[in-house]
Amino acid sequence: MLELYGTALRSRLLLGTARYASPAVLSAAVRAAGAEIVTVSLRREGGGERSGQGFWALIRELGVRVLPNTAGCHSVKEAVTTAHMAREVFGTPWIKLEVIGEDDTLQPDVYGLAEAAAILCAEGFEVFPYTTEDLVVAERLLRAGCRVLMPWGSPIGSGRGLNNLFGLKAMRAHFAGVPLIVDAGIGVPSHAAQALELGFDAVLINTAVALARDPVQMAGAFARAVEAGRAACEAGPIEPRDLAQPSTPVIGTAFRG
Amino acid sequence: MRILVNGAWRELTATQLAAALEELGYADRTVSTAVNGEFVACGVRAATALAAGDRIEVLAPMQGG
Repeated sequence: MLELYGTALRSRLLLGTARYASPAVLSAAVRAAGAEIVTVSLRREGGGERSGQGFWALIRELGVRVLPNTAGCHSVKEAVTTAHMAREVFGTPWIKLEVIGEDDTLQPDVYGLAEAAAILCAEGFEVFPYTTEDLVVAERLLRAGCRVLMPWGSPIGSGRGLNNLFGLKAMRAHFAGVPLIVDAGIGVPSHAAQALELGFDAVLINTAVALARDPVQMAGAFARAVEAGRAACEAGPIEPRDLAQPSTPVIGTAFRG
Repeated sequence: MRILVNGAWRELTATQLAAALEELGYADRTVSTAVNGEFVACGVRAATALAAGDRIEVLAPMQGG
């Protein structure tokens, strides 16, 4: 069973709540995914608007845990203030910490990330940092007090899957006991299965489900892929070989000798 | 006085944050606030004085990835 900051979870599929065609589709996708954690955000809302209130009511009806993010923040100050605001609105110390450093790739500003993580961990937040596969940055985040890391697979919304397999494998091997959640860039269920097969503890998916032709069916497909990938990891995959090795026993083969 | 609310200038009669939120139509809403970039918790809004030119952020739950 997956454990994140002392919370035991059956599902290893976290789902984002953005970009769905309607609230009904979002609800159905969350159910089809079997997700126990969904990510949420904060945005400006005018005095006459009600969309945010309706969204929050919908999430509470689903009975899932929320992981608020600091998406869109480009500085430590913005991210820390947004985290405080999210903690008050959503009533959770969990925060998916994003400090964006570059707009074309939405690559995290890892220097700002480490600084913001240290501030928030010291204030009692349970931080899920959106980071790269850089081991030195990961070590800094752990030293700051993070007990979960969220390395990117590839740029947010790109659907390119696990872009740096070597780096991700090295991260998994180096931080054997740390929950690692692949966040961002996963496009199809096979990418998610691959992450779980490699030993990553969970994946966070948004765009690949929300923008699928049938988001609900895709959410179910991701759920099965994550389950299969985890089972394969636990079962112990074989090592790849460069040359063939017969699977049928060669002893007693006809017409030989 | 003129206050910048979520990036738009508004003319308000309220002189503290809780009253400003009520004047702006947020009275019964789940929102979080910041003034001049600093988080202001719900419990201290009434004690948070506003001055002309202040910047208020009023944020509500929203979809996120």
